[in-house]
Amino acid sequence: MQARVHVMLKAGVLDPQGEAVRHALGAMGFDGVKGVRQGKVIDLELAEGSTEADVRRMCEKLLANTVIESFTIEMA
Amino acid sequence: MHAAIIVFPGSNCDRDLAVAFESAGFRVSMVWHKDTGLPEDVDIVGVPGGFSFGDYLRCGAIAAQSPICRAVIAHASRGGYVLGVCNGFQVLTETGILPGALLRNARLKYICKTVGLRVETPDSAFTAGYGRGEVIDIPIAHHDGNYFADADTLAQLRAEDRIAFTYTDNPNGSTGDIAGILSANRRVLGMMPHPERAADAAHGGTEGAALFRALAGVLTPA
Repeated sequence: MQARVHVMLKAGVLDPQGEAVRHALGAMGFDGVKGVRQGKVIDLELAEGSTEADVRRMCEKLLANTVIESFTIEMA
Repeated sequence: MHAAIIVFPGSNCDRDLAVAFESAGFRVSMVWHKDTGLPEDVDIVGVPGGFSFGDYLRCGAIAAQSPICRAVIAHASRGGYVLGVCNGFQVLTETGILPGALLRNARLKYICKTVGLRVETPDSAFTAGYGRGEVIDIPIAHHDGNYFADADTLAQLRAEDRIAFTYTDNPNGSTGDIAGILSANRRVLGMMPHPERAADAAHGGTEGAALFRALAGVLTPA
């Protein structure tokens, strides 16, 4: 089974990489991009029977730094 | 006096930090990240700069889960002294020994230059050799030195006089110009600038040496 974890900087935490992408899009002529936030997608290949609670513990302990990042989990 | 310097794969300031401690009179042991314990009589742990584990995932995140870091956390929670420099500061925030986190520099560039640091408090074993408000020149070399903490944490750091150093000209977007912070018991210092790179006349500056001398003064057995 698989899980997909999305890790994003929390709202209010400056994302300078997202800002740089936004500037680049504007410079390329893509008007109307008001904001860009960049994050990470982490795909996990898991043993059968693994639970979302297991993945949540992985996120809290390692995959995300909850001081600055939030995460969401999709189990599949 | 005995200093233990932690060595991770990708550490590259470990030997510089060892030389700075030795010059101040410390005996130094290098401790590999897979070791599970520190030398028994250790007075201070140095967590050096570099790119532990290639900065994969987040700077310091994987190092913070290494076996030796459990021993470093135990040492700190017993009231032991710890100095984390640059990647070492990132490791200390990732372990939770120090609050906050280090984000990508606001202007996205890796910055390697000497900067002015204001000593915000001389009230610690690390900063006792400086005067309050004194400005010293210390090199920085980082891509992720932009200190972030939420408003409550910042207010607490300020109220408890735990901001050790600020930048005179903020190079990286760091909240409150913060360059280094102390733990609540003032025995753990994390800082992005490299005092060990300004500790010998051959470095072009020696204003970091006072940090190691001050530590030696406090940790010398009576």
